Amino acid sequence: TSCEIQKSHKSSRQKKNQKQTHATGGDELPYEVQRAQEINRTFGPKGSPEAYDVIFDLHNTTSNMGCTLILESSKDSFNLQMMNYIKKAFAPASCLVLLNEHPHLKYSTSRSVAKHPVGLEVGPQPQGVLRSNIFQAMRVILKHALDFIELFNEGMEFPSCTVEVFRVLERIDYPRDANGNIIAMVHTNLQDCDWEPLNPGDPMFQTFDGQTVHYQGSGTVYPTFINEAAYYEKQQAFLTTRRETLVASAIRKA
Amino acid sequence: MEVDEPVRLPRLPRVAVCGGTHGNELSGVYLVRELLKDLREKDAEDGGPLSVLVVLSNPRATQQCRRYIDVDLNRCFSHATLNGPVPDASPYEIILSRKLNALLGPKGGQGAVDLVCDLHNTTANMGLCFIAYSDSDWICLHIFKHLQMPDMPMRFIHYDVSKKESYSLDSVGKHGFALEIGPQPHGVVRSTNYTAMKVGVQHVLDWVRHFNSGSVFEGGFVDVFTMVKKIDYPRDSQTHNITAAVHPHLQDRDFCLLRPEDPLFQTFSGEALTYKGSEPLYPFFINECAYYEKGVALSLARKRRVAVPPIRAQTEEDKQASFASEEEE
Repeated sequence: TSCEIQKSHKSSRQKKNQKQTHATGGDELPYEVQRAQEINRTFGPKGSPEAYDVIFDLHNTTSNMGCTLILESSKDSFNLQMMNYIKKAFAPASCLVLLNEHPHLKYSTSRSVAKHPVGLEVGPQPQGVLRSNIFQAMRVILKHALDFIELFNEGMEFPSCTVEVFRVLERIDYPRDANGNIIAMVHTNLQDCDWEPLNPGDPMFQTFDGQTVHYQGSGTVYPTFINEAAYYEKQQAFLTTRRETLVASAIRKA
Repeated sequence: MEVDEPVRLPRLPRVAVCGGTHGNELSGVYLVRELLKDLREKDAEDGGPLSVLVVLSNPRATQQCRRYIDVDLNRCFSHATLNGPVPDASPYEIILSRKLNALLGPKGGQGAVDLVCDLHNTTANMGLCFIAYSDSDWICLHIFKHLQMPDMPMRFIHYDVSKKESYSLDSVGKHGFALEIGPQPHGVVRSTNYTAMKVGVQHVLDWVRHFNSGSVFEGGFVDVFTMVKKIDYPRDSQTHNITAAVHPHLQDRDFCLLRPEDPLFQTFSGEALTYKGSEPLYPFFINECAYYEKGVALSLARKRRVAVPPIRAQTEEDKQASFASEEEE
């Protein structure tokens, strides 16, 4: 979820209404599809040798995820090494890694146009709001990322390392009625507890009239993206993950 | 010990609870949906002395999870806007405000509902707030005094605006207030806020039932925060984009006294900009999402203690007596 895009979308909508224009007919592509094609032309083409080496895709979330790096491939040693570097440089502050390699839940992001896509998600922050602490954290992480690339380009060798990641398992939706309306909200015990263990039997949702819905999974999971505003319409109350340690090969500029 | 005679005020037979006046402020949206379900399940009208109207104010904005479609509905209820011309191509919310005025008003008229309770959320760390146009509407002050929320700070905010100039939905009733709960991102429902709002509305309705049945409510004192001024973000003179964010020392510190030279903003290059006023004031609506476009980074209030007299509902005899004395005059 991007604050900047939301704002410009809102203002272009306002302008449209003031001028009372109508959307053009079926021939014209949605605005965001046009933008995706422009991005692909500028920073891609996706999958080709001309594509950009790295894209940092900056996002905020209403979830209490802190600073999270998003990885799309467990085999991308360059990205793993960069994330290892960032985590160490940012310590003792926490910066976790979310791996979304799930064949169905993976989605084609703007950053995936580049050879090494890196998502940076910082929260909690309401959409349309700028919080100093969130802004500063994002700025610091980006600085570490660019430092890493500079060191790499100067010829530094990064020996093999391990990186702890949280691998996406499944999407859990809100309980809904027959008309698709949400009938329960994230439980008080789960709200804001991103990355903390959720055990079978733990409270998960509470209905509007006060009943508790418990987590029925077979084992402990680590939930994230808990109560993200943009995901209500995408049928997601939170994602479950499991902890994993990945190995990154040694890398050095060729 | 001198005991004040309670001020006698007309009963409140009709109350409106409104949610979704801003379509992305979800505590009110979901609470109104639940209340409407409860009413349907009860199947019969409440034959008691209190009639409760439950209203989803802005259905289209709610459906799209947006604050508004064309214009902010909660600014459409001034007398001028309600009585001005309405050409066919009018903004959605202007047409909607007429319908709401017909349903709950007419504003200023004898047929208006007795009390409007309008439900809102804010991204600011304000806890639970009553927002009203008067600091001497004893009904609103007594309801506020009666509310006890165990886990949430509560404040009474007063906008010193005349009835004629008042512009929000709650001004349509004979009495009215907004019930504002934060912090909550727009488009999100947080269980603690929902529960607080549900309990709050229940307490409001319970108070009205007790009042209508003739109970006497003791006098006392309420701390009232009266809005004095608003401060905008520093902006680039050409692009109008903001050039600083609310300072980390001010962020989330709603209702903590702001003194001259205290930090207000932090520029993107890290410089602190400080409060240049001469009077210490209480900040609120600090970093409310919807106010960026209204040019407000925070609002500032003076606090003062208001003495609230004891009150009770007028009886039939009181009403006859007041008609008689009017006729004599």
